[in-house]
Amino acid sequence: MTYIAKPKLHHPSLVKNKAGYTRRDYEGAVSTLCAGCGHDSISAAIIQACYELDILPHQVAKLSGIGCSSKAPTYFVGASHGFNTVHGRMPSVMTGANLANKDLIYMGVSGDGDSASIGLGQFAHVMRRGVNMTYIVMNNGVYGLTKGQFSATADKGSISKKGVANSDESIDLVSLAILMGATFVGRSFSGDKHQLVPLIKAAMAHKGAAFLDVISPCVAFNNHAGSTKSYEYVREHNEALNRLDFIESREEITTRYDPGTTTTVQQHDGSFLRLRKLGEEYDASDKVAAMKRVQEGLAAGEVVTGLLYLDPTPKDLHHNLNTVDAPLNTLDTADLCPGSGVLDRINASLR
Amino acid sequence: MKPTDISNPDYFHKVVDCQWACPAHTPVPEYIRLIAHGRYSDAYMINWKSNVFPGILGRTCDRPCEPACRRSRVEDETLVKGKKEPVAICRLKRVAADYKDDEGILAAMPKAPAKNGKRVACIGGGPASLTVARDLAVLGYEIVIYDQDPKLGGFIRTQIPHFRLPEHVIDEEVGYITGIGNIEFRHQKIDSMKKVLTEGYDAVFVGSGAPRGRDLDVPGRQEAAANIHIGLDWLSSVSFGHTTKVGKRVIVLGGGNTAMDCCRTARRLGGDDVKVIVRSGFDEMKASPWEKEDAMGEDIPILNMLVPKEVKHDNGKIKGVLFEKVKAEYDDKGRRTLKPSGEPDEFHECDDVLVAIGQENAFPWIEADAGIEFDRWGLPKLGETTLQSTNKKIFFGGDAAFGPKNIIWAAAHGHDAAISIHKMLIGENVEERPAPGVNIVSQKMGIHEWSYDNAPTIDHRFKVPHRAKQEALKDIMAEVELGFDPKLAFNEAQRCLNCDVQTVFTGKLCIECDACVDICPMDCITFTPNAEEKELRQQLMAPALNPTQDLYIGNDLKTDRVMVKDEDVCLHCGLCAERCPTGAWDMRKYYMEMTQAEHACRQH
Repeated sequence: MTYIAKPKLHHPSLVKNKAGYTRRDYEGAVSTLCAGCGHDSISAAIIQACYELDILPHQVAKLSGIGCSSKAPTYFVGASHGFNTVHGRMPSVMTGANLANKDLIYMGVSGDGDSASIGLGQFAHVMRRGVNMTYIVMNNGVYGLTKGQFSATADKGSISKKGVANSDESIDLVSLAILMGATFVGRSFSGDKHQLVPLIKAAMAHKGAAFLDVISPCVAFNNHAGSTKSYEYVREHNEALNRLDFIESREEITTRYDPGTTTTVQQHDGSFLRLRKLGEEYDASDKVAAMKRVQEGLAAGEVVTGLLYLDPTPKDLHHNLNTVDAPLNTLDTADLCPGSGVLDRINASLR
Repeated sequence: MKPTDISNPDYFHKVVDCQWACPAHTPVPEYIRLIAHGRYSDAYMINWKSNVFPGILGRTCDRPCEPACRRSRVEDETLVKGKKEPVAICRLKRVAADYKDDEGILAAMPKAPAKNGKRVACIGGGPASLTVARDLAVLGYEIVIYDQDPKLGGFIRTQIPHFRLPEHVIDEEVGYITGIGNIEFRHQKIDSMKKVLTEGYDAVFVGSGAPRGRDLDVPGRQEAAANIHIGLDWLSSVSFGHTTKVGKRVIVLGGGNTAMDCCRTARRLGGDDVKVIVRSGFDEMKASPWEKEDAMGEDIPILNMLVPKEVKHDNGKIKGVLFEKVKAEYDDKGRRTLKPSGEPDEFHECDDVLVAIGQENAFPWIEADAGIEFDRWGLPKLGETTLQSTNKKIFFGGDAAFGPKNIIWAAAHGHDAAISIHKMLIGENVEERPAPGVNIVSQKMGIHEWSYDNAPTIDHRFKVPHRAKQEALKDIMAEVELGFDPKLAFNEAQRCLNCDVQTVFTGKLCIECDACVDICPMDCITFTPNAEEKELRQQLMAPALNPTQDLYIGNDLKTDRVMVKDEDVCLHCGLCAERCPTGAWDMRKYYMEMTQAEHACRQH
């Protein structure tokens, strides 16, 4: 909790982006989360990503469920649309919103409780339907708002603040998302903005179901020895498979890398993703290999991060439903009720 | 870069830009906060201890603190609706003097203890000598101050017009010093240093100022002498009531603050058509910007790039001055020379000319064999901090030391000289200077509560109300500036960023959660691999482009990175500490006071 609003004064070198806004213009209200909460860093990364993508705030819709994470949309991109839904039901509200107006940029913000417990079913379906969105789970492994009980993503055997070991298996949302058909899946860490910001940018540019599992330590209830979601543990066990550079157009690729160390992928919207190899050979476009590597990581106690799976040519919900190009909410009565003549023609075609 | 050594008192002192820039190192933010709290007397006493003349300086100081003020680097023109401006530090000082409890202050003044048997002579009764007297009288020294004028104050009394500095303010603040006791004033012009030395003083302090105004050397100067006056002498004569009028058309030559005082005084003594004519360009003029502004506000035009060539007269009756037009040329080293522009000469009619083209030091009364060596500019050879001359018993300060400066420098010199004199007379090494007194205390009051107003305001600098021009020009005794009222003073005080409340970082406690980085409104905090300063300055959240401002390097982090904070633009809003979950950041008030003679010696 912070008593004063963030001062409006800013660094003299703050520059405006192509949309005419400074990074500070993408901020929201001052955070009421606990000091040091990883969620605030993710909010800052989203702010940075939106600023760098020259996004018009009024074209963003932020949807969230219930929980600490789901409070977070208040703290970024204040001038956008927001919907705080019923617990675990954000995916269906987002699906509906996306159906009605596909022109907005959809950002779902949820937590491990909201997505892996009460909303697990909704989570699975929004992925398999391919809703064009960026779905971010701020994953801290505990129920922070109810004082730190283990959530469904807590690793088996990790120790609670009170000293009790978790006896249940954990749900790995990354594996689940890949399995359910998400076409952009990554994992990152709130304490590593160099990795997180490009992932958010690439996910926002992705024209399909993009999912980011962001480990976000709960300073109040899950940042102690024995926790597997603490700042220290994640830093020590972070196994980044690649580094992502998000490039808006081909002309801007200037830095040269040794051949064989980078893979460049073009996304549907024309943007390029350049994956810099870190150590081992990893092909993010191979779904089966991705699932295997993520599971291997889990077994080895690694926190595997980076862009884990990417289908650069996804088919989204609107494609699958074969909707018209215009957003449905812009269709007027004449479009929706074309008259009895048209109805007669349709009926005739069915006879 | 090496981790910052915050135990070095200079590090945090430098962050308090105003205090660092002040020759006397007055703890500015502390007294500004006290003014905001309505504790005017406490604010006054902080000033009084540090700079001796708060009421006088609050009206006349050259305010080196203000150009240094961080506020003028961080304001946003669109937010504050105006150009970036420092806090009105100088005028807030006056607020402390205006609203203090006079009786309480008088009662709080120190009293001289029993005499210690040592006698010190001060030559000249200006701010430097008065400071020496104050600092030494409280230690039991017997002080004798000599001055050629009938009252103490020196330049303050004789050269600064009363419409800028009312005489009662001088009387009051000089009175605080003489009231200490053990200080004797002798209205006596000194014409021989050797004679002073024969009187058995244990030490002599020379604070005689830079009393000689430079003269004009052009044809016609001598013939028309009746209407050509040296600015310094003329102001002094006005101050003592010997001169009460001036011609209708007046030309003031020179571009310094004395010229500004001359022209504004002339406007009040019958000058209807007063103009200032300067050799240099407008921006290079030595006068403070606000003094130029005030002069122009009284309908006094300032004409630039004109060099006086000849005084035209009719058998000694002045007609005017002929000027040559010049232009500035710069050589490859950036040195300026004024070359004739080739345009026709300009003639300006006038009834009187006031010459304010500079001051010179003059020590005709110091004999060559008095043991004091002078340099080739005619200034005494002195120890830079000790102010001791080559005659170990004789010290210099104020304008007499390093040439014309200003009142706040005189006070700073006075403190330094007093320390030297005291050290010498108790047999300590004068070269060993006392360390400042430093106190650093956390300002945390609750989980997210600080003992200072940490939310920066976005108000534009408030203007000091002025007396109406018509009224002001009618009466030479009427003070033009009316001073802030308490409400304006509060609002102006709230513009202060509290730079003395320092962001102190303890790396061992840090969990590197980035909360401080994310909340900092100025993007001044970065966690990054260490590098050389030049590289680091470029790889921060926002580039640190002001090399005069330090980077604060914090180490002891688990990841072996360093915390780098660019001190340049920090608002001291405390949000980094407020968002820090582990108390790795803390806001600590750094109170630094220069050690004066009273506590400077016998450290054991």
